Amino acid sequence: MSYTKRDDGRKFDELRKIKAKVGVVKRADGSAMFQMGDTIAIASVYGPRELHPRFLQNPERGVLRCNYDMASFSVTERKKPGPSRRSTEISLVTEKALASVIDLDLFPNTVIDVFIEIIQANAGTRCAGISAAAMALAHAGIPMRDMVAAVSVGKVGDKIVLDLDKEEEDFEEGATDIPVAMTARKREITLLQLDGEVTKDELMEAIKMARKGCEEIYKIQVKTLKEIYKNG
Amino acid sequence: MDNDYIISLVEQGKRIDGRKFDEIREIVLEPNISKNAEGSARCKIGDTEVLVGVKMDIGEPYPDSPDEGSIVVTTELSPIASPEFELGPPGVQAIEIARIVDRGIRESKAIDFKKLVITSGEKCWILFIDIYPINDSGNLIDASALGTLVALKNTRYVKEENNKAVFGEFTNKKLELEKTPITITFVKIGNNILLDPNSKEEEVAEARLSAAVYNGRIYALQKVVKMGKEDFERLRYNPIEIAKLEYDEGVLPITIKRPLPSKK
Repeated sequence: MSYTKRDDGRKFDELRKIKAKVGVVKRADGSAMFQMGDTIAIASVYGPRELHPRFLQNPERGVLRCNYDMASFSVTERKKPGPSRRSTEISLVTEKALASVIDLDLFPNTVIDVFIEIIQANAGTRCAGISAAAMALAHAGIPMRDMVAAVSVGKVGDKIVLDLDKEEEDFEEGATDIPVAMTARKREITLLQLDGEVTKDELMEAIKMARKGCEEIYKIQVKTLKEIYKNG
Repeated sequence: MDNDYIISLVEQGKRIDGRKFDEIREIVLEPNISKNAEGSARCKIGDTEVLVGVKMDIGEPYPDSPDEGSIVVTTELSPIASPEFELGPPGVQAIEIARIVDRGIRESKAIDFKKLVITSGEKCWILFIDIYPINDSGNLIDASALGTLVALKNTRYVKEENNKAVFGEFTNKKLELEKTPITITFVKIGNNILLDPNSKEEEVAEARLSAAVYNGRIYALQKVVKMGKEDFERLRYNPIEIAKLEYDEGVLPITIKRPLPSKK
């Protein structure tokens, strides 16, 4: 049952290598690429723009709409293009993970659209998608109260580990996957899911580790966003 | 930007992005952008960016061609790429791009389908070519076709065991390309023909022509002409008359020049 060494040589509380970039989609109002290890997400933001159909409009506040999609070739066995039950659920939890930091009251009757495309998948795709989307929203100039970073934690064998890769998720003797999204300043949890089995203490330890991971991601997000203003 | 402005600029021999009529935007190609794909590529033409992935699977040959494998081309026009795209199943534009790319490869015989057969009449490889535009700044057709070519050129077979594909395990066997057809697209604005339209030019264009060319030969053509209702009624919807009109208007060029992008 014991998991003594991670397959890629990382420490148990170490993130995979992160690469981030903003402004990757020229037509969009804001966009970002976020890569964790072999997982790559691209997010683009359009809006605030008029919401159609009109009956969906809210005169009190704007609407945040997220769509998560995996490219057919992002996984080993081709994924049929188009939405699935899984992608629909992830779109919803992504929306919830981001909505609380956006001041939607400022944009009545409008929609802010967030589109996420996973172009290479190796576990943690929803977290990479959320981290990318948060950066894209900031890049689009949407007023935000806080930043959102996301990472998956979990239990592989008997160890609590940060940022599971695919091999760890598929660990023979069982793995528990806990995607967590957190706001940077207030440290509020905006996404928490769990697949597997852990004790209460293990969950607390995992969340603590996720917090540390999110803080590191947040630093990279801010650094990347600031970079675009350096040269001009 | 005002459509009339674009048209009047073209009349003066100019384009909004400062290019010559026969000048293509800078092309940037990057192979192997997605590790789990059998083949993949990123193709940028100016700001337009398209990702293409190739996946393989084993299936049955069509009854009328027992000795041939096949390709399936799909385009997903995700709203990530343009404020004009909407969620939902592939629409007309997505299907048109996929079919133009499909035809360019199929008709030029860029892939020898016979080499995809495992057992005659029973098992063959099927290539799934999936095209994902990431940013639409015009001329998705050429970017999709070129990206597809690069992805195919870098496609390696997955492992096969008992007539089943073992996904995630790659072999050293590469997909062979017999030809490398390039698709080039022109639009007609007023009396001028413009190569590699940007999205504004696409909007005002009266006609569009895409051609798959290789080694001086043309393998596939796609032509779309904007005509008013009166035009159609005047011609009584006679396809021969419509084709004649298109020909007279110079929409169908007899020779196609292929300028190469200048190096930076």
